[in-house]
Amino acid sequence: MQELINRAKELLADGTVARVLGWKAGDLPYNLEPAYFESAEELDDFVYNGFCGANLSKYMIEASKLEGKTMVCLKPCDTYSFNQLIKEHRVDREKAYIVGVGCKGKLDIEKIKKQGIKGIESIKGAEITDDAETLTIQTLYGEKTCAYADAMLERCHVCKGKEHMIFDEQIGESKETKDAERFAEVERIEAMSPEKKFAYFQSELSKCIRCNACRNACPACSCRKCVFDSNKFDSSQKANVDSFEEKMFHIIRAFHVAGRCTDCGECSRVCPQGIPLHLFNRKFIKDIDELYGEYQAGADTDSKAPLTNYTFEDAEPSIVGKRG
Amino acid sequence: MYKIAKENLSALFQKIAESFELYLPVKTAGQTNFAAWNADAEADLDTLKTVKSAKDAFFPQSEGLYTVKKEGKKMSVEPESLKEQDFVVFGMKACDVKGLEVLDNVFLADPVDTFYAARRDHGTIVAMACHEPEETCFCKVFGVDAAAPASDVAVWTVGEDLYWKAQSEKGEALTERVKELLADADASGEAEVEAEKEAIHKIVEKLPYMNLSLEGWNGDALSEKFDSPVWEELYKPCLACGTCTFVCPTCQCYDIKDYTAGTTVSRYRCWDSCMYSDFTMMAHGNNRTSQMQRFRQRFMHKLVYYPANNDGMYSCVGCGRCVEKCPQALNIVKVIKAFQNQGGEK
Repeated sequence: MQELINRAKELLADGTVARVLGWKAGDLPYNLEPAYFESAEELDDFVYNGFCGANLSKYMIEASKLEGKTMVCLKPCDTYSFNQLIKEHRVDREKAYIVGVGCKGKLDIEKIKKQGIKGIESIKGAEITDDAETLTIQTLYGEKTCAYADAMLERCHVCKGKEHMIFDEQIGESKETKDAERFAEVERIEAMSPEKKFAYFQSELSKCIRCNACRNACPACSCRKCVFDSNKFDSSQKANVDSFEEKMFHIIRAFHVAGRCTDCGECSRVCPQGIPLHLFNRKFIKDIDELYGEYQAGADTDSKAPLTNYTFEDAEPSIVGKRG
Repeated sequence: MYKIAKENLSALFQKIAESFELYLPVKTAGQTNFAAWNADAEADLDTLKTVKSAKDAFFPQSEGLYTVKKEGKKMSVEPESLKEQDFVVFGMKACDVKGLEVLDNVFLADPVDTFYAARRDHGTIVAMACHEPEETCFCKVFGVDAAAPASDVAVWTVGEDLYWKAQSEKGEALTERVKELLADADASGEAEVEAEKEAIHKIVEKLPYMNLSLEGWNGDALSEKFDSPVWEELYKPCLACGTCTFVCPTCQCYDIKDYTAGTTVSRYRCWDSCMYSDFTMMAHGNNRTSQMQRFRQRFMHKLVYYPANNDGMYSCVGCGRCVEKCPQALNIVKVIKAFQNQGGEK
């Protein structure tokens, strides 16, 4: 982390960048927040550890409009989102100085709390340089421990890899965290009967409170005005009614980001109700892989996306029909 | 005071449900929220904080107001009926109860919100003392006692027992209905409750946010706080989602919209969020055009505008749900601290 801070200070001092986009320490061991730093002094609050789950790529849409370059800290998975945003002309590559930061898997405080750990005072083992396999957590109710892997975000268990897809320089080592198959959960649901499938999604989506956190955090959801926010259409829907959340909002959103979603996992990370929203997107990714050949959105900035590139070899819609 | 063994709780819920609609924390797909009780529901009284507060029981996130029907050349208007059935909300916490006081000041003041008033009339609240407060709690800052909820019935959990104390007429009436399942608590029971209260207070003193200072936040601080440059720094990570407002027990803003379906129009209201771009949109446009202004609105409302109109009472109760749920870890505590550190000036 110190190396990162030192480098940020250098880049600010020599005028390469006008600001640094990273994470600022919070007032609890885990509640750090995305932040801009404009001076060496401000960088005293800079922090990079296991709780830096937030994908900063989307903030670069706004930062691209600012004067001067922004040094942005991107984890390997975040770089896919950044590439995709370049492809969609939503960020300006020239306005970004990308520091690819190392990652050993990011933590989900909800997973820690779900283990009954509460009254948290401090957490040891979340530091990025720390190779501890265990988190040691001091609480008002005594010392607790939790395996690092058990506290990791879902997306880290199916990590896309340690490589940064785009960067100006790299700082820090990354660690292999993948210990599950990316499409295993999708396959489990595909195998369900239609009734069971429906019941599963109904149960999950009934929890939705229409806060729009999934959409607002999503780097693929970068429309200036979302159709669900426009009062010019009947689709403007603020009421929290099950029929809408269960059958429309999330499904329409999944269709809209299909082929562009990099599977960064922010939707599920930010959901206050713990809905595994990434499963919708991952189903599309799996289908695209099967119908058009393997494709990873955000792996590059210039390839043609399968859903917007028409070729004679394309799967006929009837294949979808036959497959059911 | 009465007591009941935890293992008899489902019998208690069954008994309550014979005469009342019953809402309590229910675990669905891994998350605990207030929901209507039924025999299959997985009641969860161990989770300290439900994701959403119990606000829905009195002020639902979406509710119909009236329906207009067109038949030939005739139009008819059918108002939605008011709540008529008595109901019980079991398992609220002291902060949630205080949250209702905040809502009462808004909805029961002239002109009275009849939908809300009917629910308040018919609702009986059984609130639980917070057995093990968490680091995100700061209710004491707003004068709430986590060990003594100001509800119709207060409940304390001690070991395998629940202690039950009626604190109002409604509470007495509910106690009468379920008395056959309750046993008299003897002197040792009373002592156990006192010990539990003391244990709660001890933990509360150690919570990281308990000494948060509200100095400088009041109804007179309008210009000083509104014009502060601190907001420009604070709002930046905000995603403009509505999580904080929708999990909050005191946020009370709503939108009124029409759902048109051919020959009928249903007018409904639903919670709105000051974080949203069309919040308080008027014919001329929106009077808050940036996310900084929307962000500022939420905290100014809680800590300045509301106290200005309600004898200094804040419209935050320190439940800490926003602290837990904000996707980017922004919250009212950080706002209060930021002003404290910079004195509102930079």
